[in-house]
Amino acid sequence: MTFPPGTRVRARVGDPDHHTRLPRYVRGQVGEIVEAEGVSPLPDDRARGIAPPRIETVYAVRFPAAALWGTGTHTVTVDLWESYLEEVG
Amino acid sequence: MGQQHDDLPVAARVRQLEERLIAAGLATDEELDAVLTRLYTRASPVNGARMVARGWTDPGYRERLLADGNAAAAELGLGDLVSSYRLKVVANEPGRHNMIVCTLCSCYPVSLLGPSPGWYKSLAYRSRAVREPRAVLAEFGLRLPPGTEIAVWDASAESRYLVLPDRPGQAADLPEAELAALVTLGGLIGTAAV
Repeated sequence: MTFPPGTRVRARVGDPDHHTRLPRYVRGQVGEIVEAEGVSPLPDDRARGIAPPRIETVYAVRFPAAALWGTGTHTVTVDLWESYLEEVG
Repeated sequence: MGQQHDDLPVAARVRQLEERLIAAGLATDEELDAVLTRLYTRASPVNGARMVARGWTDPGYRERLLADGNAAAAELGLGDLVSSYRLKVVANEPGRHNMIVCTLCSCYPVSLLGPSPGWYKSLAYRSRAVREPRAVLAEFGLRLPPGTEIAVWDASAESRYLVLPDRPGQAADLPEAELAALVTLGGLIGTAAV
């Protein structure tokens, strides 16, 4: 487990030409790790038939609505594989 | 789901997909039938409602429910229904409301909530729930006080979410089975108060 709860992380930017489960609306956005949920095969690898797929920790990452949409007071928590994330220094 | 839909275009598409899976050696007809039977004979919001009612009446169970949803389901004999996913239960409290969505498709704990409503799978719900949840909830008839925080959970990976609604005040002394009967599918998704 790389990211402890509270770590600020940025979801990766970019538009892969293969399947991914990194929702477009959080790409490039900064959120905070809520918790690690366990490990799971990376869907990007599975969809491309890469065997064995990378097995990665999945994190619940909380984003403030104001950052995502420029408005709103709610939060959106998204489940993201580790390689979708980079720590914000 | 007991009605026949053989004449709908979607039935032909589903059958073509099944035949491709079978031809590729990924599944057999018997396996597909077994999955559907297991899913739909016991999948019901009654299961989620039982967990909620126990959480309302037993503070120890509530703690375990929030800490480890799968273990809490197993305590009520529902463990096999949640064996294929991690169950995460999120609790409403005064001043804090949770709602669930799957923006990428329609992920949802089917075995505890029953088949998902059409609107849960709609592009409108999936796109608007993360962007303007307060407006979406108002359209469902749930008008939250302005100070209530809303936490939206996008089930984009392997966890499945269930909302533990706040116990209605007037239900204080009801027995557990009657409490369970108060819980609606919308309450378990977070589009209704209970």
